[in-house]
Amino acid sequence: MPRTHITTVINGDETEFLTEDSTSLLNALRDEVGLTGAKEGCGTGDCGACSILVDDRVNCACLMFAPEADGTVIVTVEGLADSGELHPLQQCFLEGAALQCGICTPGFLMAAKALLDKNPDPTETEIRYALAGNLCRCTGYDKIIRAVQEAAREMRGQ
Amino acid sequence: MAITEENPGYKWVGTRPVRPDGVEKVTGKARFGADLILPGMLHGKVVRSPHAHARIVSIDTSAAESMEGVKAVITGADFPDLAANGAHPSEIDVANNTIARDKVLYEGHVVAAVAAITREQAEAAAKAVTVTYEVLPHVLTVDEAMADDAPLLHDAMITKGVDPAPEEPSNIASKILHERGDLDQGFGEADSVVEREFTTKPVHQGYIEPHAAVADANTDGRAHIWCSSQGHFQMRAYTATVLGVSPGTLKVTAAEIGGGFGGKTVIYLEPLAVRLSQRAGRPVKLVMDRDEVFRATGPTSGTRIKVKMGVSKDGKITAAEVWMAYEAGAYAGSPVGAAGMTAIACYDIPNFVVEGYDVVCNKPRVAAYRAPGAPMAAFAVESVLDELARNIEMDPIDIRLANAAVEGTQASYGPKFPRIGFVETLEAIKEHPNYTADLGPNQGRGVAAGFWFNAGMMSSATVHINENGTATVVTGSPDIGGSRQSMALMAAEELGIPYESIKPVVADTETVGFNDVTGGSRVTLATGAAVVDACRLIVEDLRGRAAKTWDVEVDQVEWVDGQAQHVDGAQPPLSLNDLAAKSGRTGGPISANASLNSRGVGAGFSTQLCDVEVDPETGVTKVVRYLTAQDAGRAISPDYVEGQMQGGVVQGIGWALNEEYIHDTEGVMENPSFLDYRIPVASDLPMIDCAIVEVPNPAHPYGVRGVGEVGIVPPMAAVGNAIHDAVDVRMTELPMSPIKVLEALNENDG
Repeated sequence: MPRTHITTVINGDETEFLTEDSTSLLNALRDEVGLTGAKEGCGTGDCGACSILVDDRVNCACLMFAPEADGTVIVTVEGLADSGELHPLQQCFLEGAALQCGICTPGFLMAAKALLDKNPDPTETEIRYALAGNLCRCTGYDKIIRAVQEAAREMRGQ
Repeated sequence: MAITEENPGYKWVGTRPVRPDGVEKVTGKARFGADLILPGMLHGKVVRSPHAHARIVSIDTSAAESMEGVKAVITGADFPDLAANGAHPSEIDVANNTIARDKVLYEGHVVAAVAAITREQAEAAAKAVTVTYEVLPHVLTVDEAMADDAPLLHDAMITKGVDPAPEEPSNIASKILHERGDLDQGFGEADSVVEREFTTKPVHQGYIEPHAAVADANTDGRAHIWCSSQGHFQMRAYTATVLGVSPGTLKVTAAEIGGGFGGKTVIYLEPLAVRLSQRAGRPVKLVMDRDEVFRATGPTSGTRIKVKMGVSKDGKITAAEVWMAYEAGAYAGSPVGAAGMTAIACYDIPNFVVEGYDVVCNKPRVAAYRAPGAPMAAFAVESVLDELARNIEMDPIDIRLANAAVEGTQASYGPKFPRIGFVETLEAIKEHPNYTADLGPNQGRGVAAGFWFNAGMMSSATVHINENGTATVVTGSPDIGGSRQSMALMAAEELGIPYESIKPVVADTETVGFNDVTGGSRVTLATGAAVVDACRLIVEDLRGRAAKTWDVEVDQVEWVDGQAQHVDGAQPPLSLNDLAAKSGRTGGPISANASLNSRGVGAGFSTQLCDVEVDPETGVTKVVRYLTAQDAGRAISPDYVEGQMQGGVVQGIGWALNEEYIHDTEGVMENPSFLDYRIPVASDLPMIDCAIVEVPNPAHPYGVRGVGEVGIVPPMAAVGNAIHDAVDVRMTELPMSPIKVLEALNENDG
């Protein structure tokens, strides 16, 4: 079966891979590129575990075909830390115990980054609605919301 | 935070450091079930029944086998016939649930599996497997299954627990009964009696990670399995049974696990992956889609429960009568037994009858779900108790205090309670500001309580001291919610070295002694006790080495703050670092193993307070405030104790308001997605306030009881009681969805 050649920037590096046209971007990232940080919880865009940034917008990687990624700039959870230094969201998730099993964490981190990039001082309600597309079955969301609030404070320099 | 007994000055236990496995989980490095990729690995796909009940007439795999990229196709005929081999009925059920042999018993039941080079090839091949069925009549609910002329799932099912045993088979697998006192006398003494009937629907554990397994079989009969599991030793045992091999031929490595809540204590994919790998001669990965998770794994039972209770004017419960029927799904084994034991266990009731039935029906086989069986029974009992309190105009906490089980109370299921903390959870709620916070229009407040045994069972741990005096703590209990941190905190406390110097590891089945599943709220209790035992052996060893070094008797050596000290100060202390560096001269490597069958569980109680706002126009219920008080015994890791409390509550809120399995008349699930099976999202909820109560369990070195499960027991009744308080309707069906609340409101108006 002929495969399509895709060129993207993933986590700062130009990355090329081959894919079938019907393959989801999530499967291509996991199987072809070897980045398994984004998770498949549903494959239908309902759980957010595969949330990544595509050209600075948060997307479910399972809802994009891999060829749609051609020419885009992608950030996955693997690209969130900067030269070994954790992003404030990662640090606050750790310190605030905002994960239990951790399967949803990559998606929450990327969705929360997309929120804070646009809105550095969100209310609790704004955070809750911005993260409503990300399912967590372990935490009841309490500590996740608090971690995002704390990261926002730190990123504002407070 | 309500602490009822003094913290005895622990340095590490009870603190909130960053979890040891945290960085890997926030950077995407942690490898979960589906993340493993092996060289030459094939992708598998399972073929499932479209029918709720049917006889398999024939399976034609020839077309699938000849397709491009296909390397193996298997059916039930590729597995040993355990029934013919005289296996235990429960083992036969496990095998037949893994892959059907003669009959399919629910939509989604596995009939075949394929492995191919690509995912797409495997999916195409699975569609090309042709199965011919003879469709049979089905039963979907306990009422249908218990009807006199109901079609039978299992022709030889004779109800257990009935004397004399019935002569005719039925769909009732077993009956349970608990009795005490004289019901008629009890109800005669009551000033108020309430009788209600409740129904609940099957609900799924809803872990975000679908089941996944990779198997790599060798030609010598051995195989290595990586899987997402709550217990890889249990997984090994089940898989060996289904394959008909010795457990020792299988090595199972537990991947990081993306949630389980009981649903990953059983096997689905592992034997299929091994057999496919054997047939193909290459590693095989099987991963479920979300709709497969809903159709074929979990859930917990749908139920019908009748409760009649009476109280005297002073609030004493005089009698309780409970009748319950629990769906088991396709094979015997609903949690009705635990339901019967927990239903009224919070209270000291002189006269009661609790009767329950385990009923098979054509739905997926139920699996454990957080305090299995208890939440539905508590929904019924705690709703009736709320109504009784209103009838006699008594505060809902006070009526529970008037009947609360305490140390020495004969539990409704038999034994006498040792020291327990139920009363303390009730008091913690009453003393909290939420209890008297103002309520707005259409808002109401509800109280409910819950009990769960907590499990003990078997665990093993190994502790190694590294050459620089740091420690590796090895257990075989998959870490589903932060238990590595609990292990490290207890080990740091015992060894007297910093938490950061401890590396907790979850090892495979060949690297550490046997561990039962991560379930029953047991890991911090039982595996934690094994870690404590192993650390104490290490300390004994270290004292001996210090005595040898100083040429004194061992009783002259104490272990204090991570160093050996001479009782008289006659020698300069020897740190763990010093002793580790010289271990070659004092007897070799420093290492200890401990294995145990838990020495005593600590019962868990939770009391919860829920404030809701009901929109009378739409029937939508919004939880606006929530408080949970739970007796942890000792919160080794308070961050993750709160996490368990909050997570249990929110699963319960979903069960209360949204979640249900919906089947069409043919027995096909209509909502097998997170879009249509709606679990709570962040915008549905307020913060979940926690009051950790600590009444230490006398049977654990740090007083641990276990915290994972009881939090899900009270929420449905707490929400229902709050809805009643808000809009004066008594909800008796779960979920309390907008349409049902609206119907109830309209009935009230009519």
